[in-house]
Amino acid sequence: MDFSIFLQQLVNGASLGSMYALIAIGYTMVYGVLRLINFAHGDFMMVGAFLTLFGYSAGIPFELSVLLAIVGSAFIGVMTDKIAYKPLRDAPKISLLITAIGISFFLENLFIVLFGATPKAFNAPEYLTKVFHVGEIYLPISVIIIPIVTVLILTFILYILYKTKYGMAIRALAFDIPTVKLMGVDADRIIMIVFIIGSSLAAIGGIFYAVSYPSIDPLMGIIVGLKAFAAAVLGGIGSVTGAVLGGFILGFTEIFVVAMFPELGGYKDAFAFFFLILVLLFRPTGIMGEDLERSRF
Amino acid sequence: MLRVENLEVNYGVISAVRDISLDVQSGQLVTLIGANGAGKTSTLNSIVNVIKKSGKVIFNNKDISRVKTHNIIKSGLALVPEGRKIFINLTVDENLRMGAFNNEGFENFKSEVYDKFPRLKKKKSQLGGTLSGGEQQMLAIGRALMSKPKMLMLDEPSLGLAPKIIGEVFEIVTELKKEIPILLIEQNAFAALKIADYGYVLENGSIELGGRADELIGNDDVRAKYLGG
Repeated sequence: MDFSIFLQQLVNGASLGSMYALIAIGYTMVYGVLRLINFAHGDFMMVGAFLTLFGYSAGIPFELSVLLAIVGSAFIGVMTDKIAYKPLRDAPKISLLITAIGISFFLENLFIVLFGATPKAFNAPEYLTKVFHVGEIYLPISVIIIPIVTVLILTFILYILYKTKYGMAIRALAFDIPTVKLMGVDADRIIMIVFIIGSSLAAIGGIFYAVSYPSIDPLMGIIVGLKAFAAAVLGGIGSVTGAVLGGFILGFTEIFVVAMFPELGGYKDAFAFFFLILVLLFRPTGIMGEDLERSRF
Repeated sequence: MLRVENLEVNYGVISAVRDISLDVQSGQLVTLIGANGAGKTSTLNSIVNVIKKSGKVIFNNKDISRVKTHNIIKSGLALVPEGRKIFINLTVDENLRMGAFNNEGFENFKSEVYDKFPRLKKKKSQLGGTLSGGEQQMLAIGRALMSKPKMLMLDEPSLGLAPKIIGEVFEIVTELKKEIPILLIEQNAFAALKIADYGYVLENGSIELGGRADELIGNDDVRAKYLGG
């Protein structure tokens, strides 16, 4: 592989890894506070992409559509928690998990009913699809923007988690919900904040996905969501930095393996799950997770 | 300050607390003593609605029987839970910050707590989980004080501590008594009655006896059961 191809794959990997990282954060944060693998989470990226398309094709400017889609996804995320998960706070975790799978089916089929099952073209505005040529490297502008925006968002999330009192409450909640209530903190409000953060990030990931692969369908969240879940486990579920790390590792691996062994291209979706199996076999707590009971944020 | 009437707690079909009524006046240290499993912790947890109950709780002339936990704490009733429940993944400073979640002026309260517990100040950037048992108990009490409560409830502050540290903890409680009304739950009946104004003896989920602490220490029945004859 010569150097320019290497650079090309590096930016592609960073861009793909960013999407996985953004979605993985939501998995890991919801797991951190509720001990729930929110299998509906992958569908929020689909919701984000579809709401953007809906707004944009209705004539709303693209930037505003993006903003509305993020707010809309956050709202649906919060309502999911309030309607489906909150009544089950004291129920066995398996009931919660099955409910999450149910919500996932519900969202997928709701969007099939609303928008149809056929893939939709997602025509992002021209300034996002422009392509630069630097030497032999081919750089769509989105491939540059996505990792930059992702790093900014991650910095912001880490700032919230470690420098604000709400972030502190999220970290405390991950450890002990009843005691957080004894501090006079409305735990449900903090959980709501977690769902807002998680669903907005998933929506942003979905919009990035739609800009990079300009066709979307109501089932697009399944495979990307599962891969982001694998990324979260790879990094250590419950750890935000772990989720980011896992997301980027997965993104780079997928891109590089396909670049080096093009004949394996058809199996690219399998790598994430190969990683997942390896991690579960040899280091079930993931890269950043030291101890399942202690690895929190 | 705090009045509990006809409190009942059930875990499924098992009754943990039966028809408890008690009273804490302002300026008082009241203790609730009893053996393991007598229902002491259930009583405290149900007062702040961490667990379900029936019955009436009046705090500061307000009925808080059906108020949510975090709003009860906000109204000025703080609970230091059994087993301290320090946030082991947060620093000492952050633990105190959690205690003052709803308050402005955190820095001032923090230095007040550090003045009371100088040992905590030295470890303010350490994770809560690295503290010794005694230090964790101090942190738990300090954290509860951060909310500027009108009344404090302590659940077995001596649990699992070395005898020397238990002495320190009781000294702290004795000092606190001057500032704030306290409801203290203890297995260590003698030590608790010695510093209390009033005491209740809890047995199998109901109150067997209530009276002035010095009288209870003199009571033959109490001596035989809880004070080692």
